[in-house]
Amino acid sequence: MNQSPQTAVLLLEDGNIFYGKAFGKIGAASGEICFNTGMTGYQEVFTDPSYYGQVLIMNNVHTGNYGVNKKEMESANVKIRGLIGRNLEERFSRYQATESLDDYLKENEIVAIENIDTRALVTYIRTKGAMNCIISSEDLDIHALKEKLNSTPGMAGLELASVVSTTEEYELGDAAAQLKVSVLDYGIKQNILSCLVKRGVHVRVHPARTPFSRLKEFNPDGYFVSNGPGDPAAMPYAVETLKEILKEESPLFGICLGHQLLALANDIPTFKMHHGHRGLNHPVKNIVTGRCEITTQNHGFGIDPAAVRNHTGIEITHVNLNDESIEGIRLKNKPAFSVQYHPESTPGPYDSRYLFDEFIAMMASN
Amino acid sequence: MPKDNSIKSVLIIGSGPIIIGQACEFDYSGSQAARSIREEGIKVILINSNPATIMTDPMMADSVYLLPLTVESIEQILEENEIDAVLPTMGGQTALNLCKEAEELGIWQKYNIRLIGVDIEGIETAENREKFRQLMISIGIPIAPSKTANSFLEGKEFAQELGFPLVIRPSFTLGGTGGGFVHDKSELDEALQRGLQASPIHEVLVEKAVLGWKEFELELLRDKNDNVVIICTVENMDPMGIHTGDSVTVAPAMTLSDTAFQDMRNKAILMMRSLGNFAGGCNVQFALNPETEEIIAVEINPRVSRSSALASKATGYPIAKIAAKLAIGYTLDELKNQITQTTSAYFEPALDYVIVKVPRWNFDKFKGANDTLGLQMKSVGEVMAIGRSFTEAVQKACQSLENEAVGLGYYGKSLMKSEDLIEYIKTPKWDRIFRIKDALMQGVTVKTIVQATYIDRWFIYQIQEICRIEKELARYALDNLPAELLKEAKRNGFSDEQIARIMKNTCTEEQVYEKRKAFGITRVYKMVDTCSAEFEAKTPYFYSTFEEKNV
Repeated sequence: MNQSPQTAVLLLEDGNIFYGKAFGKIGAASGEICFNTGMTGYQEVFTDPSYYGQVLIMNNVHTGNYGVNKKEMESANVKIRGLIGRNLEERFSRYQATESLDDYLKENEIVAIENIDTRALVTYIRTKGAMNCIISSEDLDIHALKEKLNSTPGMAGLELASVVSTTEEYELGDAAAQLKVSVLDYGIKQNILSCLVKRGVHVRVHPARTPFSRLKEFNPDGYFVSNGPGDPAAMPYAVETLKEILKEESPLFGICLGHQLLALANDIPTFKMHHGHRGLNHPVKNIVTGRCEITTQNHGFGIDPAAVRNHTGIEITHVNLNDESIEGIRLKNKPAFSVQYHPESTPGPYDSRYLFDEFIAMMASN
Repeated sequence: MPKDNSIKSVLIIGSGPIIIGQACEFDYSGSQAARSIREEGIKVILINSNPATIMTDPMMADSVYLLPLTVESIEQILEENEIDAVLPTMGGQTALNLCKEAEELGIWQKYNIRLIGVDIEGIETAENREKFRQLMISIGIPIAPSKTANSFLEGKEFAQELGFPLVIRPSFTLGGTGGGFVHDKSELDEALQRGLQASPIHEVLVEKAVLGWKEFELELLRDKNDNVVIICTVENMDPMGIHTGDSVTVAPAMTLSDTAFQDMRNKAILMMRSLGNFAGGCNVQFALNPETEEIIAVEINPRVSRSSALASKATGYPIAKIAAKLAIGYTLDELKNQITQTTSAYFEPALDYVIVKVPRWNFDKFKGANDTLGLQMKSVGEVMAIGRSFTEAVQKACQSLENEAVGLGYYGKSLMKSEDLIEYIKTPKWDRIFRIKDALMQGVTVKTIVQATYIDRWFIYQIQEICRIEKELARYALDNLPAELLKEAKRNGFSDEQIARIMKNTCTEEQVYEKRKAFGITRVYKMVDTCSAEFEAKTPYFYSTFEEKNV
């Protein structure tokens, strides 16, 4: 391989090497490699806190075409650790855009690599499963990179929610609103809060390790447990908080990590998936209504299907039509429910927004 | 709910003779539908007046009738066969019109035939400009300001009211026949007359033109439980004002933010669900204001359309095959993705490549024909290319046009100066994309080209990238051509012959081929698998590109 100044390298945990071209910040970045099949919404994806610590492959071949619009972020900054693409675009076209993807990544100090045979790479990850990787546009020495890679922790057993959570409490929405929700922020996406606030909810967002007593002080009509990165099994503090909420008999709604924590609080184990679900086209069937939804997904852990099926207190509400994984549950004797996918979408289809309405109705009737 | 077991035999109506706007696409959809229904153990009877089709091969259906597409023929078939249902959505506008005619004469009722995959009122609404307009207003979907005129005088009155530029759209015609732009008063009379004459009910829509807006098409499928999926989003590189059939089109959409796309998706689903009650395919067209991302609905076709065939090939999702299954009662969640065979048919394909369709015109065979492109389709065919970048796909498409193009560009044949080129590309003609490239080669700015054509600048940037590589190549001869540059050229779709010509024919196509083979720059084959490699594909198809692995 002829190494021009622009050359960048991707090294997988199992020793596989891919060469490409540098993009974004010049440097090195390591983390768990994963892929997203969405064809729109790269900016929302990059700023989704659930991607914290991950090096992301975009399967779609052109990324950056419409630049970056500072108004379309799911959190304050870029959360992915690194980016891998086929064609990452420096030049863009959109009236609403404020800057190029390249500038945006540089500003957020994100290392990226392009000109990669992403299809070959994705097929490899799909076959071998999730693993760590390092990308570098600075030091191309494989031995040095291997050492850096070895010191990168694996995703299993990693607690990351408290790293991306808010450090301070804050409130959103009309303080005089009819309904109040205490939100547990484990890396919440901006649009979840917008979906609640738009429905007339006054929310107070709490840091990850907030004790239940503090959540209750807000005197909420319901509790919301957010999405977030990392291994849910490494969050016993959160499981305890959820158990306390459940004792209250107050309405509870969980999304993604929140769904996994609700399962754990009911003694249903979680597990690390082979390579996860990440994209905007995942088919889910609501088995209560019989209707189907195209959903946005981003998760590398799931809840144990057999344990859910054997649990007498839990009803399965949603299933994945591709692999029959459990997409939604509700408690039979408590007003609590959760989904594995992202009804707030952004990016992605609006098919599942009704779940926010159901949460509102649940609180209103409680 | 599984399939409807009361249907034992189905009549499929073909699309008849090949004409501009309705070519072999409907042979493709009709054949797929016939196969799809037959494999369910249902008898298929087929009528088509065109014997030069695959669908009329004796093995495609249980009975094939090569008869004129008339109500008399339909009656004859119904007399001679026990038929439970008719599927008229696979044969384009011709089949639908025939189906409607038979409905009006009470034929279907007389023989107790069910119409499947279609809602007659839905078609009526989609095809009748005034009804469409009213439906859109009632469901809150924005449309261009317009009025329906049934006479010449009425048309003139409305034109004055709305102001120029205008579009004249005749009701119930195919491929935009009789439609056209009216830039100012001098063009109005002729355009109105042509439009009214073209419409079988002497009706036209006088519509405010949204010149310079971007055009998009969505292909949808709906089942009887009202589940809807978007199979493909197609972006027209050419702006509003050029018939989609005559536009260079690209999939997936290249310049749509998620915000704009979801707005379009929501609107398309709402439109399809509001348009009668039928299970099957549907095509929705939108215009987008690039400055505000405001979206208006242009039209909806509640049937398998010309674009469905392209969307099927572009995504690997067999729209007609699945639409036929939906028509006989299946729901999307009961069916499997035909390519992976393990995942659900209820999903939205993800692409990890770029599709570029370039139309093929035959103006040289129609001497004296006006070669300016507009609302009426003029192309007689099209090529579809697949690449791992827009540049690769667009060059492959140009190489496939069978018009001696070796890639995107004229290669010395163009003698136009840059001022002339800028003027020339203001009018959409078949060779506009070639001329844009020539203009860029001569140093015309992206901004100037965007202003002249209203083509989104992202596409112009991409063509400029082709120019950059070409200029770089021109600095070398074969013996000092760097491997990296040659590889970059191949990855951006340059053909060996094109490279030889860029190097002023100092070498031959074969020599370029030998050189790159020596460098190890050879083709690999990638799958069209509907899912961007997320799942294993059992029955994919392949395209070539220049990357690392065959996967």
